[in-house]
Amino acid sequence: MRLQAQGVQLAYDRTVIANDLTLTIPDGKVSVLIGPNGSGKSTALRALARLLPPAKGSVILDGKSIQDTPTKEVARLLAILPQVLVTPESISVEDLVWFGRHPHRTSLKVPSAADKEAVEWALSVTSTAELRHQHVDQLSGGQRQRVWIALCLAQGTDLILLDEPTTYLDVAYQLEVLDLLHQLNQEQGKTVVMVLHDFNMAAEYADHVFVMKSGALVTEGAPEDVFTYDIIREVFGVDAKVIPHPVSGKPMCIPLRAGLRNRANLAVATG
Amino acid sequence: MTSTIVAQNIRRTSLARRHPAILMGSLGVLALVLSFYGLSVGATEVSLGDVLRALVGDTSTQASQIVIDFQLPRVLLCWLVGTALAVSGAVMQGVIRNPLAAPDIIGVTKGSGFAGMLLLLAIPGLPVVAVVPAAFVGGLVAAGIVYLCAYRGGASPIRIALVGIAVSAAFEAGIRFLLVRNPLDVSAALIWLTGSLFGRSMTSVLEILPWVLVLVPLIIVWARKLDVLGLGDDLAAGLGEPVERTRRMLLFFAVVLAASAVAVSGTIGFVGLIAPHMARRVFGGKHFASIPAAALFGVLLMLIADMLGRGLAPPLEIPAGLVTAVVGGPYFLYLLVKTGK
Repeated sequence: MRLQAQGVQLAYDRTVIANDLTLTIPDGKVSVLIGPNGSGKSTALRALARLLPPAKGSVILDGKSIQDTPTKEVARLLAILPQVLVTPESISVEDLVWFGRHPHRTSLKVPSAADKEAVEWALSVTSTAELRHQHVDQLSGGQRQRVWIALCLAQGTDLILLDEPTTYLDVAYQLEVLDLLHQLNQEQGKTVVMVLHDFNMAAEYADHVFVMKSGALVTEGAPEDVFTYDIIREVFGVDAKVIPHPVSGKPMCIPLRAGLRNRANLAVATG
Repeated sequence: MTSTIVAQNIRRTSLARRHPAILMGSLGVLALVLSFYGLSVGATEVSLGDVLRALVGDTSTQASQIVIDFQLPRVLLCWLVGTALAVSGAVMQGVIRNPLAAPDIIGVTKGSGFAGMLLLLAIPGLPVVAVVPAAFVGGLVAAGIVYLCAYRGGASPIRIALVGIAVSAAFEAGIRFLLVRNPLDVSAALIWLTGSLFGRSMTSVLEILPWVLVLVPLIIVWARKLDVLGLGDDLAAGLGEPVERTRRMLLFFAVVLAASAVAVSGTIGFVGLIAPHMARRVFGGKHFASIPAAALFGVLLMLIADMLGRGLAPPLEIPAGLVTAVVGGPYFLYLLVKTGK
């Protein structure tokens, strides 16, 4: 396992978000961190990406403490797409993707052939090559998110971390982004770790799910194992009927409004 | 459909963005022409012939002597002060990620002003050049106070801006207090405070030259780091940039540039705010192009302001700082109206 949080305590200023949290990211898989607001899933992702130094414990990347590894070296091993993204004023798609080469370049050196190759590859694999001369702020939500993912891919890392890459996107764009990440995992063997809000999207795309609540890991495992009536009730505080997806067979969680709760035999239905 | 959109976008990318070198060169030539003309403008009648004679080293006539002794330092200072203020403003706007950031925001200008005033009033009759070190140190101290107050395990751009405004206000209050307490001695101090290149000699040029010569190329080399900081702290760190250290270094460069400019010329407002804006509008957001461009716009603004100040009502001198404020204010309003849609 290349990336692991070992008994970390995470805090902003003096507010402790998570205590003694241990996460082991499976290599070559799509992992999803899920949990209600304030469960610490984004905080945990930031710690995994070296953006937040743990107050206690450590994050290990390739057998070394990530805090003791220079940020530039980390950036060549692991890419992170934060939730809040600042699009520079009137920047073209190609110029934005070029930022992904930053960790590989020094101030004065001209871009190498490897840099160009990496950018072209990132553009083509995300199907953004034909948008290269367009301004990023003129793209649709899904296109824009694909461009940001292209930036991360241009970094040339096997590990890609994304903080809520589908939030604020229409459902078609959500699928567009998640399909792309799935494809990157399948065809390029990328290890994908992302924070998602929607448990049905998580169930559909994840190989491995970390369920978090109040800064602690409640359970982890395959979607079939973690998305159960009891866990959804415990973690999200909702009654939901869990049925197999009619097409994919993955678990599907259908939250129930007040009047319906008594009518469904929920606990049994999860089996 | 897609191809029309692409075509529109390409058309929208102006000539300047596609061939920045050509426009940059034109701006440089314009600045040189203005400088040449500026050597002849002033209280004393100097012809362009005298200027030429002086520039080739012939100082036999009184007029060409005036050019060398009085006009040349001013024009050189326009270049250096304009560059220092504009590049400082461009770096601050990039680092703080706010188009309203300028040397004034981070406390440098007011800190320098206060220190300079204090010295001028404490020792009446002191020549203005003696103020330079005091003002320089004052600016650095003010910026240091801002950074320390804003620092909480890292100095976020918004906290720097807010603390900067507060510290500036405190120094502004200090300046006013000095003015009110010493109503009879303030005239020299007031002229310095307004920002003027009147009566500067080659000494002033040498006082600012090293800072500009060292820091401006260094900042241009670091242009891509500035671009990366513009992506936000988290993504910049994710791309391997040590965000806090880079931000601190760049701010330090910007502060030293601004302090050196204020020290030799007093507080010349608006150049540090507006020149980077003009550069970004014409050359786009990439700092590798926009910083040299901002420097050229800063030089042009200073040359024009100084020339207008000297030429509008000779022998009366209107301080350049006043001209930049009069020109800069409306331009800035225009900018707000234009972009506020």
